[in-house]
Amino acid sequence: MKLRIALRANKPWWLSPVLIAIAIIFTFIISAAMIRWAGANPFAAFKYLLGSPLQSKFGITEAILSATPLVLTGGAVALAFRAGYWNIGAEGQLLAGATCATFVGLHADGIPHWLGIFLVVIAGAFGGMLWAFVPALLRSRLGIDEVVTTLLLNPVALLVVTGLLNGPWRNPETKFPETQVLSENIFFPRVYPGSRIHLGLIIGIVALAICWWVVGRTAGGLKMRAVGLAPGAARIAGLKVEKTLFTTALASGAIAGIAGAGEVAGVAHQLTDGISPGFGYTGVVVATLAALSFPAVLLISFVLGIINVGSFSASRALSIPSTIGEVVQAVLLTTVVSALVFMKFRIVLDKGKRHD
Amino acid sequence: MSTADVVTGYSVATSAVSLNGLRKVYGDVVAVANVDLEVRSGEIHALLGENGAGKTTLMRLLYGLAKPDAGSISIDGAAVAITSPKVARAAGIGMVTQHFSLVKTMTVTENLALQDAGFFSLDLAGARRKLLTLCEEIGLEIDPDARIDSLPVAMQQRVEILKALAGGCKVLILDEPTAVLGPQDVDSLLDVIRRLRDTIGLSVILITHKMHEISQVADRVSVLRRGEIVATENASGMSIASITALMVEGIQQEIVETGERSPQGSSVLAIKDLTVHLRGRDVISELNLEVSRGEIVGIAGVSGNGQSELVQALSGVFAHQTGEISVDGKVVKGGSPSAFAEAGFGRLGEDRHASSVSALTVEENLILDRLHFFSKPGLLLKRKIRKFAEDSITNFAIKAKPDQAIGTLSGGNMQKVLLARLFGERPLAAVVSQPTRGLDVVSTRYVRQLLMVERNAGVGILLVSEDLDEILELSDRVLVIFKGKIVGEVARIDFDRVAIGAMMAGV
Repeated sequence: MKLRIALRANKPWWLSPVLIAIAIIFTFIISAAMIRWAGANPFAAFKYLLGSPLQSKFGITEAILSATPLVLTGGAVALAFRAGYWNIGAEGQLLAGATCATFVGLHADGIPHWLGIFLVVIAGAFGGMLWAFVPALLRSRLGIDEVVTTLLLNPVALLVVTGLLNGPWRNPETKFPETQVLSENIFFPRVYPGSRIHLGLIIGIVALAICWWVVGRTAGGLKMRAVGLAPGAARIAGLKVEKTLFTTALASGAIAGIAGAGEVAGVAHQLTDGISPGFGYTGVVVATLAALSFPAVLLISFVLGIINVGSFSASRALSIPSTIGEVVQAVLLTTVVSALVFMKFRIVLDKGKRHD
Repeated sequence: MSTADVVTGYSVATSAVSLNGLRKVYGDVVAVANVDLEVRSGEIHALLGENGAGKTTLMRLLYGLAKPDAGSISIDGAAVAITSPKVARAAGIGMVTQHFSLVKTMTVTENLALQDAGFFSLDLAGARRKLLTLCEEIGLEIDPDARIDSLPVAMQQRVEILKALAGGCKVLILDEPTAVLGPQDVDSLLDVIRRLRDTIGLSVILITHKMHEISQVADRVSVLRRGEIVATENASGMSIASITALMVEGIQQEIVETGERSPQGSSVLAIKDLTVHLRGRDVISELNLEVSRGEIVGIAGVSGNGQSELVQALSGVFAHQTGEISVDGKVVKGGSPSAFAEAGFGRLGEDRHASSVSALTVEENLILDRLHFFSKPGLLLKRKIRKFAEDSITNFAIKAKPDQAIGTLSGGNMQKVLLARLFGERPLAAVVSQPTRGLDVVSTRYVRQLLMVERNAGVGILLVSEDLDEILELSDRVLVIFKGKIVGEVARIDFDRVAIGAMMAGV
């Protein structure tokens, strides 16, 4: 008798929920071991991680605030992945978007508030698109792997930000490497009184809705799906594979760039080198956990938002590092991706004799 | 068995391997049906057959990659259950396929040593000794310290062969070994194969499509057709024409109602001086052909003579080709599949799985090549698409729902979807490659009738098929392709299977 892996012929309806449940159980077990190792009671830690943000209105709104950039970066990554363009550069695109938004914010005195908001969103999209442009061009013209180019441009974007903050944009008063507070004309309005939830959330949800509609209902979306699923067959059908990849890459970059504009205009109101604690990378996690479904991106962003907020309460209450939130997210990603393998394959027990 | 028996030639003929009543069924398809085959010690035994005739399955059975449903394999007269490639190698059977299994960054010696290596033991000196002895015996020259990736393909292939021999191989299976080689390397490989027989008495099973290789090296030839051995004879007694006839001759299928053969109209597809340079040689060289309105032109040829590349060129895959392809008098640029679609040129690829997006639905696949027609101004017109899909399903007798993933359909139905896509909006001209490969009798008949209907409606069709019966049945004219060139043209009234077969063989 021996085990072997075989392709799954049919997928029963219960398979996907059962696999997700198993993945979550494993996430709990593995994370619990880590938390125990860090010297805390795992059950207490999970209570803080997942429970405490949901127990107060403040917790919930902070989780939503924390989910806002993930909605956009998750959507950006999901869009690119649907077309088979492996954009790992949402982080850099977000930073580029934030930089361009900051430029608008530094020069927005004396313009109407609506125009300021409009310009800052456009600037964010432009910055993200600009950062996505070179990898997209290299991929569609020369076939250079976008995984490498988009990924490697992320630290470059951060260097540009630090360079600006230590140079021309250094705060003139404090001399800290951060910009002065930007013009109020570009601030995103709050959308829920008494919270920090801002216009970015609405933009994120609208962006997801548009992505969902484009991918599912338009000719361009069908092209993207065909190119993503089977580029060879798409080419045979006469589709312009490279052009589709290029367009999708730019759209993905634009959405990630708007996430950066949102952080600048909605939360920080200035540019700092800590403007993104890895929202772009987490976007890859979000898109993957959401299985590239846009409605699921919204849900997963919220779940990760809760974990983000909860990790701070857990950290304070149990004196464990707040990075525990990232650990749980990483474990979740690993278990879910592992579980998804069994959507496609099954393990077969060979009983040795099959022929006589 | 003593070595004396081996070298005395075929008359004393001891059997190295014999296959007795081997049978293998995949689903409904009988891939190998009751095959008896004897390979004698020290002979080069060529195994011939069209694609899908069962050659590969037969060799997979012998090498332990598949298990037979019935029958047995004897080696040196004793029955052996070959359950895995490891068992096959231990029994003295080696196989070299077109995909080499060498570690590219290691040297020749290291690659040889690797196959005997234990967890803690690696006998490099022993492997080197073995290699040099073998080379001397056979009269081969190879640098034992050369890295594999520094060697040309022909030499890598020799290393593969030497590796099999060092592993104690007595019967060597070579699966289309010349397919990866340039012309001058072919001759030297054939020379090596001869030397292997003459010096160390190796038995070789040579799988090939190419007639001249058989006449150069083979002692005996077996022809496989539809899973059965239809002849095993001494190579010297067989003419190329008779072998070709054996390969392609089949049970005549019911002739499709062809309708009136309409007079030929103007030219809709013209290829002028097309040359495609791939893998260091011209796979198509200065090829010319024309297809008229309402005409089916069949391309006959032994596979691997440029047919696939011709179809690819006509799909706009190659950007760097010389020559001209024009549709309805207008030149279409290579390197752009969409340009061909826009010129009114359709295509049915040889592999339906590669031509369809299996995770998309039937209706999505149906409209993939003319989205502009089904969207406004970019928004997919759901109702129009559904109507078109339902009409196609009715008109083309497809057993499927419009919103079913195409990957779940049977081969015949999948092919019909692709044909519906091709002919749904009637193209001016089309290339149709292996339209009935792997289909059952009913679907085959349907597809052929459909091609006739489209032809009668005025479409110019270039038919590429490895099934000569199909070509003779459907074509108004047959062009014979050999080494990337059109070497003969036969009009329908002059169809002669033997003459065409001879041209296919390059005679």
